Amino acid sequence: MSKQQHSIEITTLCRHYQVERTFFSHLSDIGLIETISIQDSLYVNETDIRLIDKIIRLHRELNINPEGIDVIMNLLDRIDDLEQQLTATQNRLGLYENN
Amino acid sequence: MQYKDYYNVLGVSKSADKADIKKAYRRLARKYHPDVNPNDQDAEARFKEINEAYQVLGNDDNRKKYDQFGQDWKQADQQAQGGRQGGYQQHQYTGSPGGEHDFSDFFESIFGQQARGGGTGFGGFGGRETHFKGEDMQAELTLQLTDILTTQKRTLTLNGKNLRITVPAGVENGQRIRLKGHGGKGVNGGPDGDLYIRFNIQNNTKFRREKANLYKTIDLDLYTAVLGGDVLVDTLDGQVKLKIKAGTQGNSQVKLTGKGFPKYKKDTDKGDLIVTYQIKIPTTLSDKERQLFTELKDLQS
Repeated sequence: MSKQQHSIEITTLCRHYQVERTFFSHLSDIGLIETISIQDSLYVNETDIRLIDKIIRLHRELNINPEGIDVIMNLLDRIDDLEQQLTATQNRLGLYENN
Repeated sequence: MQYKDYYNVLGVSKSADKADIKKAYRRLARKYHPDVNPNDQDAEARFKEINEAYQVLGNDDNRKKYDQFGQDWKQADQQAQGGRQGGYQQHQYTGSPGGEHDFSDFFESIFGQQARGGGTGFGGFGGRETHFKGEDMQAELTLQLTDILTTQKRTLTLNGKNLRITVPAGVENGQRIRLKGHGGKGVNGGPDGDLYIRFNIQNNTKFRREKANLYKTIDLDLYTAVLGGDVLVDTLDGQVKLKIKAGTQGNSQVKLTGKGFPKYKKDTDKGDLIVTYQIKIPTTLSDKERQLFTELKDLQS
């Protein structure tokens, strides 16, 4: 039960986003999202909703296909890592500037 | 109110046809879309501008009206000034070109408020709901280094709502924390968005900081370095007396364990204060001093 509380059924998402079920199957096939099968229904974890919102926007608003979105997500992760490193480096740089 | 040159925004000529406008719009949208420019408020502002431009130039009726109005917009602006009161509300939402959308005063003065969003949704995107989870919000909080010596509560005002948050001691400059569920409301039963707070920590102390360690360089006069002695060193919460060994070298360091900054999420644990000695060599010597230094030199040889 607790698992279901934090999961959202794919059919709910299909209705909300007005996309076909196959769209989510495709996302799952290429490893962009993870689906959970409970009894006869497919679910996604609530924590993936932000990612799914983003995938839908990139797909719909910029006409990017799921494989392209996968590439973008990987690059965004890299940018995020680099930005964190940059902040840490800048903070460290403060050690060598003005006493 | 500023005149908006929508042709310029999209980088097209006044005679551009619909296909060219759409192409230019699509290209700029790919470049400035908030989802591919996270935490970039300039890109977000640009994206809004591009969408506004396309809302106008991508629609035959709107474009016609804009082309007509564009010629004497100043006159119309004066008329519009009468009914408008100031008060620009700053939004901190990002990454979410969905429902509510900011349009410029200029846009509204031509097309009216009813043109925002309602029914047609977001310019060019067909207006279908792209949010299930509520919007994530971003905010920045500027604090002084001395504000984060202890974990404390702060009240933030975001979009008119007060929010009490806990600021953990020892938070890093540039660090972001996520407050789950404090963003926008979810849609159709979707979860609420999150609030991300980025800390901008300004150093108002004489110490340099790296995570939980503090650094300080102190001047040591030549005689104390050579002969040894005591010096008083300021720490975050007072002063300590340090014993200087005879023959202390320049740039040597001592570590004062536990005299640093609180460790993040381990308040009671503190880092170290690292003191570097900088030896001051006298630059002007009296005749007597010069004579004594010369004697010392001669003793060495």
